[in-house]
Amino acid sequence: MPAPTGITRATLFKDLRLEWRSKDAINSMLFFSLLVVVIFSFSFDPNAEESRQIAGGLIWVAFLFAAVVALNQTWARELRNQVLDAYRVSPAPANALFTAKVLGNFFLVSLLEALMAPLFMIFYNLRALGPAWQLIPVALLGTWALVVNGTFFAAMSLRTRSREIMLPLLLFPISIPAVQSMVEATRIILSGDGAARFWIVLLLTYDVVFTTACLALFETVLQAE
Amino acid sequence: MTETTPVITVSNLIKQFGRFAALRGVTAEFYTGKLYAILGDNGAGKTTLLRTLAGLSQPTSGQVTILGAQKFRDVCHLVGYMAHPSLLYDEMSGLENLAYFARLYGIADSTRCSEPIRAVGLDPDLKRPVGQYSQGMRQRMSLARALLNDPKILLLDEPFSNVDIHSASDMVRLLAKTRDQGKTIFVVTHQAALLEGAADEFIWMQDGLIVGRTSDLKPPEGTN
Repeated sequence: MPAPTGITRATLFKDLRLEWRSKDAINSMLFFSLLVVVIFSFSFDPNAEESRQIAGGLIWVAFLFAAVVALNQTWARELRNQVLDAYRVSPAPANALFTAKVLGNFFLVSLLEALMAPLFMIFYNLRALGPAWQLIPVALLGTWALVVNGTFFAAMSLRTRSREIMLPLLLFPISIPAVQSMVEATRIILSGDGAARFWIVLLLTYDVVFTTACLALFETVLQAE
Repeated sequence: MTETTPVITVSNLIKQFGRFAALRGVTAEFYTGKLYAILGDNGAGKTTLLRTLAGLSQPTSGQVTILGAQKFRDVCHLVGYMAHPSLLYDEMSGLENLAYFARLYGIADSTRCSEPIRAVGLDPDLKRPVGQYSQGMRQRMSLARALLNDPKILLLDEPFSNVDIHSASDMVRLLAKTRDQGKTIFVVTHQAALLEGAADEFIWMQDGLIVGRTSDLKPPEGTN
């Protein structure tokens, strides 16, 4: 029986190599979120205080929509030439594939956030009045929440006819608690208006619950006809 | 496993897609060290049978026993599967593809990936991505992928489609050699003539049933 960690590593490197060669996901995500930043900055002209209040929502909605692009790409690659069947007939455990896909998406979306966050700061003239370091756990936990569910639901909608539409339909409603936590935590940290601890703990709990559920159910999703 | 013990036993296998029955009660035994050619018209159930043997399709009812196991997962490391699509990543070279799939079977030695590529008559050092291969080269690389884990049972779906006659003959020779090493091979094909002289048995399928088993290419009586 092959070691799951070795398979996860091999699949992760394979996916990153394919992405490096095609740049399908990262290019689409970057252009999409860049468009959102520019269009929103033209649509609203908020003062510094208003910016702090709405920036959390704008940032996370932009990242959520952009992440969907990457999440759809993840499995589309496995559908071409039915490569997923090669995985299904192998002794490799399903969860090793899922973990690799989640890590790959986490890396791509985090890269996007690292590139786009400074632009958001500039366009909206943002400066955190609360403890800015707390934005790091919010970003990490929030990104994990989006990609773990997104990867799972993208796999689930893989064999449906209109999977690009199915993914947001499945993902967005279930992500509401996570998105609310991310938005509220970001707003509190930026405005210095109270403590974000409750929302960070909620986000952590959400991540633990949904990661466990997705890992437990993924084999069924993978082996579904 | 002795030569008289079947490597695969299929009993009353039924596979339905909605109201359409692709397999309608297939019962058969297959033995070690044989090359079986599965023949039949489109829609006869050949690919469905192969996918069911490969664990990719769950039977609606009936039973499949492979190498003594009723769960495909227990023996999947002993089975090689080649589908009509290549099951390869177009953006990677042949060797990169096989190196990845080798990891799925716990094969850490990357030099083992070159052997099946050479065996199918391709150059393992070819840097071109598989997407730029000709259809015939892709088919052969796909066969190399199926041979990678040195399987006891090989399930091949249309391995000769879009392959030129010389390459197809080379592939048949390789399959015969592999069979002579004690492997059991199933080939679903519409080009049965290629396997004449190499196949041990021709399995004739029609309307989701095995309607005959012959040792030559002469169709059994009563088939279309």
